[in-house]
Amino acid sequence: MNDVHNELTSLFREVLENDDIVLTNETTANDIDEWDSINHIYLVVEIEKHFGIKFTSAQILEWKNVGEMLEAIKEKKQ
Amino acid sequence: MEPILSFRTLQKEAKKIDSNTKEIRVAVLGNHTTTFFSKALKNQLTVAGFDAQIYESDYDQIDITIIDAASGLYDFDPEVVVIFESALKLKDKFYAVDDNQHRAQFYTEVSDAVRNRISLIRANNSQAKIIYFTYELLDDHVYGNLFSKIPHSFYKQVWKINTDILNLSEVEQDFYVFDINKYLQGISDYRDWPAFINSDLHYSIDTFAVLTYHITQFIKALKGSFKKCLILDLDNTTWGGIIGDDGIENIQIGALGIGKAFSKLQKWAKELKERGIILAICSKNTEEVAKEPFEKHSEMVLRLKDISVFVANWKNKADNIRYIQEVLNIGFDAMVFIDDNPAERDIVRQSLPEVTVPELPEDPALYLPYLTSLNLFDTASYSDNDKDRTAQYQQEAERKKLISSVTNMDDYLKSLKMEGVIESFKEKDVPRIAQLTQRSNQFNLRTQRYTENDIKEFMTSEAHLTYAVKLKDKFGDYGLISVIILEKKADNSIFVDTWIMSCRVLKRGVEYYAINTIASDAAGMDAEIIVGEYLETPKNKLVADLLEKLSFGTTKTDHIYQLNISNFKPFKHYIS
Repeated sequence: MNDVHNELTSLFREVLENDDIVLTNETTANDIDEWDSINHIYLVVEIEKHFGIKFTSAQILEWKNVGEMLEAIKEKKQ
Repeated sequence: MEPILSFRTLQKEAKKIDSNTKEIRVAVLGNHTTTFFSKALKNQLTVAGFDAQIYESDYDQIDITIIDAASGLYDFDPEVVVIFESALKLKDKFYAVDDNQHRAQFYTEVSDAVRNRISLIRANNSQAKIIYFTYELLDDHVYGNLFSKIPHSFYKQVWKINTDILNLSEVEQDFYVFDINKYLQGISDYRDWPAFINSDLHYSIDTFAVLTYHITQFIKALKGSFKKCLILDLDNTTWGGIIGDDGIENIQIGALGIGKAFSKLQKWAKELKERGIILAICSKNTEEVAKEPFEKHSEMVLRLKDISVFVANWKNKADNIRYIQEVLNIGFDAMVFIDDNPAERDIVRQSLPEVTVPELPEDPALYLPYLTSLNLFDTASYSDNDKDRTAQYQQEAERKKLISSVTNMDDYLKSLKMEGVIESFKEKDVPRIAQLTQRSNQFNLRTQRYTENDIKEFMTSEAHLTYAVKLKDKFGDYGLISVIILEKKADNSIFVDTWIMSCRVLKRGVEYYAINTIASDAAGMDAEIIVGEYLETPKNKLVADLLEKLSFGTTKTDHIYQLNISNFKPFKHYIS
């Protein structure tokens, strides 16, 4: 699980072009300036590519924080 | 440089580049979320060496942006306007039309709107080049395979709209069609449906990276940077096998072995040659052995007459390409080198980084599809003269032989029996003149790029004098090789706006021939001085001292020169 967390953090840093990003389960889009609706699309695409998974449309809308994203990634990866 | 077709890699690569100097201003107008498209375009242009500014219109506000003379679009003053509409949006609009009779005429509504957009942009005084996307051939599968018989089927309407847009581009100046369909074909998952439903993202973000790569190729061509020469290796590139070992009967071309792959590549090279791309050979071989298939093999598509410079020896390929460059007198960045051997490619890449060296796939069956996918030979102009270029360069090679047999330059020039014509611009020469302003980089005093429309304006302008020079000699006809545009100023002076000459006629005295005419015309108009300016670029060092050679004197201002007409003494030359 830690691995997924670390990989997600480095993806966030690269996509949002901000090396200071630290993710916790409670982090939401409100906590990170660069995480706007457009970059959210970009993030989702890169997460899908990186982990070799595909989310459903409904899932993408449901996430409230990073913890739920991690759960979804973990679930899809199985 | 291999094309970057991933959005994220593109972002990374563009970040590494910080100081480009070639400015370009591009406006992007779309009816869908174009944020990623615009970002990718900026990044592709950056990677291609441009300092790019992008203007993005508000979401789905194309017409309002174009109509409003006070909109940010015109403030931005773009050189290029890209109009990119999504067929998914088009479909919504089509479905909103409620009867079949009107649906059958839907395409005229769309193409009228396109025409209208062009004229509004022009009416608002923008001469920007317009790049218009075709519509994705999106079948809604309502009429299945009967679509072509049903005038009100959506799929048929899309075809008709695209046909109208294509036809429009034949007659509209500075209006270019970008066909999205040929690029979508090559992309698996070109649309991300969840992202479309959630975020109005009509294409996946990597699709935008691919599309903007190809737009950038075209913008480069519009800005005068495009490929002029294809250099081919021979063994296992132009034919299968090794001519020196296998012999002429056993090399694979046409029916033999996988010869078809090589024949197809040759056929493509030949078509490019017909368009005006110069072909050269660079091979490690004994010259006679290497030439034999070109002369004797019945299935060779390329023949010696198709090749402008044939280099087969055992020297380093980088040196041989330098030699080809000298003969052709074009930039290294205008050359593409194709070789199956990774080591040879590497040597050339390291010594001549400006030459484009594609990473050829291992399987010859993939050579042609790979090379065409790179869109290397994109162009923004074409004229009928282009196809004669091979003969012109072969004539040049003969002239080079002659020059080595005479020792005195004057005798040599006399022996060429040159005949020139210098006259103001003629209607039939407009495409060639515009093309010279677009593509000449070296003998170009101020590197002003002009469209055919611009040229026509100079022709009718009271304030301008125009000169086009044509030249022939005993070896052949060069056609129109020099363009000069002068501007009459209020203070009885004349300013040299443009002075361009094709490098094929360097050192023939064409510039002296021209200045004699210009000075006598100027004297006839009671002008007192001619003012010239040298605008330096990385490529036009050749003309740094042109004005001084033409007896212009320096002034207090750097790069500004002037010629007092009353003191002018005509130059000697050998053009009659």
